[in-house]
Amino acid sequence: MTNTTHEWPLYEIFIRGQHGLSHRHVGSLHAPDAEMAIKNARDVYTRRNEGVSIWVVQASDIAASSPEEKGSLYEPANDKVYRHPTFFDIPDEVGAM
Amino acid sequence: MSDHLFEYLCRMGDNTLVLGHRVSEWCGHAPVLEEDIALANTALDLIGQTTLWLDLAGEVEGAGRDADKLAFHRDVWDFRNLLLVEQPNGDFGQTMMRQFLFDAWHLLQLKALMGSSNAQVAAIAEKSSKEVTYHLERATDTVVGLGDGTEESHNRMQAALDKLWPYVGEMFTSDDVDAAMVDAGIAPDPASLRPAFDALLDDVFTAATLVKPQDDFGHKGGKSGKRHTEHLGHMLTQMQWLQRAYPDATW
Repeated sequence: MTNTTHEWPLYEIFIRGQHGLSHRHVGSLHAPDAEMAIKNARDVYTRRNEGVSIWVVQASDIAASSPEEKGSLYEPANDKVYRHPTFFDIPDEVGAM
Repeated sequence: MSDHLFEYLCRMGDNTLVLGHRVSEWCGHAPVLEEDIALANTALDLIGQTTLWLDLAGEVEGAGRDADKLAFHRDVWDFRNLLLVEQPNGDFGQTMMRQFLFDAWHLLQLKALMGSSNAQVAAIAEKSSKEVTYHLERATDTVVGLGDGTEESHNRMQAALDKLWPYVGEMFTSDDVDAAMVDAGIAPDPASLRPAFDALLDDVFTAATLVKPQDDFGHKGGKSGKRHTEHLGHMLTQMQWLQRAYPDATW
């Protein structure tokens, strides 16, 4: 494991906590392939009944926005208060949205 | 009959106890963090199964011993585990080969025990089989990955298989205890598990580019308790040191 070129690739792990919810990013780990990444995720992240479904994706396959672009990406939304649906009361029975 | 059942339950519980302790020896030492956690999980699963088997053994014996008493207050000659599971960890490959060979037998054994005439045995087998299905999957992937890996990993896996092979035969031997279990419909004839075991090994070793040794000589004496290898005694001094130094200590 001293030679970094022989390190396993990094996988990002997404777990669905219960039916009806979406998968959430819970962390990342190393594995030789996607199958083993799912098994490792099972051992690292779902030991205490945390999940009903696991997604893994190699970290290098994720395209991410750049922090420097945050002005052009997000600021136009901030000053348009009418776009934020904060004026409605949501009944408790609706559950997770 | 209840003597034979006690004996049989000790065999099941001692297998998972001794292997569980062996695997736990990796905690903090595995080659990568992910494997470390996975091995610790496997060890915990096996210790959990031990509690079920040995508690039931104590109940059947009716002498007031529970799983803790049986685990910590017996010495080498009272243990009834297979010789395979007491073998030292060796390198990571050897540990995973031992795990694969045991899991392959263990899952077949548990599947058969799920149809046991003894409801408690069937229930423990059913609960355990879910955990062991995963153990076997994981061990199989690792054996294939390392066997069909680099030249070094391949050589280490072949060496591990050659070293452990003489301990495989004992899993399929029979004695009076097994015969009594078969008669009572409690457990399968050990030899009946062999064809499925061999078929699985052939598939996995082909994928792993490993060669199964031809010599079928098998060491015996673990499950009868007559002749354990020298490794078990050393392991017990570690596992039992607290109860030996401070008998009946609790927290």
